[in-house]
Amino acid sequence: MDISVVIDIASWALIIAGSVFLVIGGIGALRFPDFFTRQHAAGITDTGGAGFLIAGLLLQGGLSLVSVKLIFILLFFFFTSPTATHALAQAALSSGLKPKLHKTSGDQGDGEDASSKI
Amino acid sequence: MLHLISLSTTLFGTWLLMSGHYEPLILGFGVGSTLFTVIVVHRMDVVDHEGHPLHLSLRSLIYFPWLAWEIVKANIDVARAVLTPGSNAIQPNIMKVPTSQKSELGQVIYANSITLTPGTVTIDLVDGELEIHALTFAARDGLATGEMDRRASWLEGVG
Repeated sequence: MDISVVIDIASWALIIAGSVFLVIGGIGALRFPDFFTRQHAAGITDTGGAGFLIAGLLLQGGLSLVSVKLIFILLFFFFTSPTATHALAQAALSSGLKPKLHKTSGDQGDGEDASSKI
Repeated sequence: MLHLISLSTTLFGTWLLMSGHYEPLILGFGVGSTLFTVIVVHRMDVVDHEGHPLHLSLRSLIYFPWLAWEIVKANIDVARAVLTPGSNAIQPNIMKVPTSQKSELGQVIYANSITLTPGTVTIDLVDGELEIHALTFAARDGLATGEMDRRASWLEGVG
């Protein structure tokens, strides 16, 4: 088998994996019960979704300036997305939003059972 | 001085890779904007071990691939939690974990690594202790082993 065919197959596998993670992240953001749990679902789209997609596109780009730019995009994602996520969580907490916690995880939060809501 | 030279090289390298033009005039613009940027950040006094952490360069080559693999594994765990039907798929919980990093930069790297890993989000850092919101008990227990803490400390050059 030609090497370019192998690279193409690997590339498409990564692109499809990334797309699947993006969809799963979207489902999670709709399905999870409160703000903090939804952030975890959004985290999938930031890391797994974007990561696999860009890895797949890198294989399409090969050794070129386009690939370099893709790597820059990935790097910016990896530095900005946790900062943004943390800033959101901090803002939610300091404005008084309490996370819904699982029954057995102690007495923090408002005691409401999150898992019964999904 | 070392930081300034390294910053100039990094900036101009970035500029070259982004532009892809090699005519003398355009290259001159690149050198000019690099120098201007370096002068401005030097006057702002932010070119130091925090703003431009040179000392982490070598060890980050080992830390970040490890982190990337952890992120892939955590992605699969959270994706499974999203797709699991029924009410027991997630067990949201909050815990506190200690940090063993000596510098603020090390603590920020550790906290951001936790947030970057799906299933755990850092919501607060008080007196060297991180407050973590975890999506499942499995995510909580994975973090509680302290492996990421050890590796972040190692990256910083302490442990």
